[in-house]
Amino acid sequence: MIKARVTVTLKNGVLDPQGKAIEGALGALDFSGVASVRQGKVFDLELEGADRSKAEADLKAMCEKLLANTVIENYQVELA
Amino acid sequence: MKAAVVLLPGLNRDRDMIAALTKIGGKPPRTVWQTDTEIPDVDLIVIPGGFSFGDYLRCGAIAARMPVMRAVAEQAKRGVMVMGVCNGFQILLEAGLLPGALMRNASLKFVCREVKLQVANANTAFTSGYAPGQIIRCPVAHHDGNYFADPETLARIEGEGQVVFRYAEGTNPNGSINDIAGIVSATGNVLGLMPHPENLIEAAHGGNDGRALFESVLGAAA
Repeated sequence: MIKARVTVTLKNGVLDPQGKAIEGALGALDFSGVASVRQGKVFDLELEGADRSKAEADLKAMCEKLLANTVIENYQVELA
Repeated sequence: MKAAVVLLPGLNRDRDMIAALTKIGGKPPRTVWQTDTEIPDVDLIVIPGGFSFGDYLRCGAIAARMPVMRAVAEQAKRGVMVMGVCNGFQILLEAGLLPGALMRNASLKFVCREVKLQVANANTAFTSGYAPGQIIRCPVAHHDGNYFADPETLARIEGEGQVVFRYAEGTNPNGSINDIAGIVSATGNVLGLMPHPENLIEAAHGGNDGRALFESVLGAAA
């Protein structure tokens, strides 16, 4: 079994209203010095088999086809 | 006019759309389910609004990967008119049948109200019943209608007249770039829009500004 983590984040230049709202709420909690917050998503996957290069290729395909919307999002794949 | 309405779990504007198509098109549309791999021979395929698959992952993301959407893409490629309203617009974008993406409203709030739309291109199969630049009333109801496209894509769709509806007179309810409310594909036969023209077609709705959109399609199909 291969464990993997996929992180999906908004591309630079894409407005993130939710990140902005979180940034504001952190300020309201008196956390000073938070210059910016960008919200993203994390997916933890368990893949059957032991072929790490196949797993990596499959995960990239999953990101391209479903997990990320590459119009607005970047993704990063990490194998444990 | 022969029309088909795509049904997916979580959509909730399908009945309104079916009613509008029946009243204006003269007969009830066929319905196709998410697992259908073929769509009957029709002039227009409509994906109505709602919250398909609970908006999980991203609005429209799961629906766009259902088997029926491959059939919709095939029909669109053949030149059949396809219209996605609200969640239907989100699904068409996620399916890659239209360019860009719809993000969370800039206000972070769900908006349910009437807006004014400017007909930015009256030279399409969906808008020929309107005058160029005409301002119409139309209801909106959405949480993720904030249209975004990268600068290159935006310049292309603006240059090619693919922006067909814009929020007018300061009524942009969601922060959408260039006030974009609806766009067509480069081929002109696929329309996606956030507002709900099906909810303003008769006196009982308080107006009929949405009716010309359906009548335009009817004319194009004749």
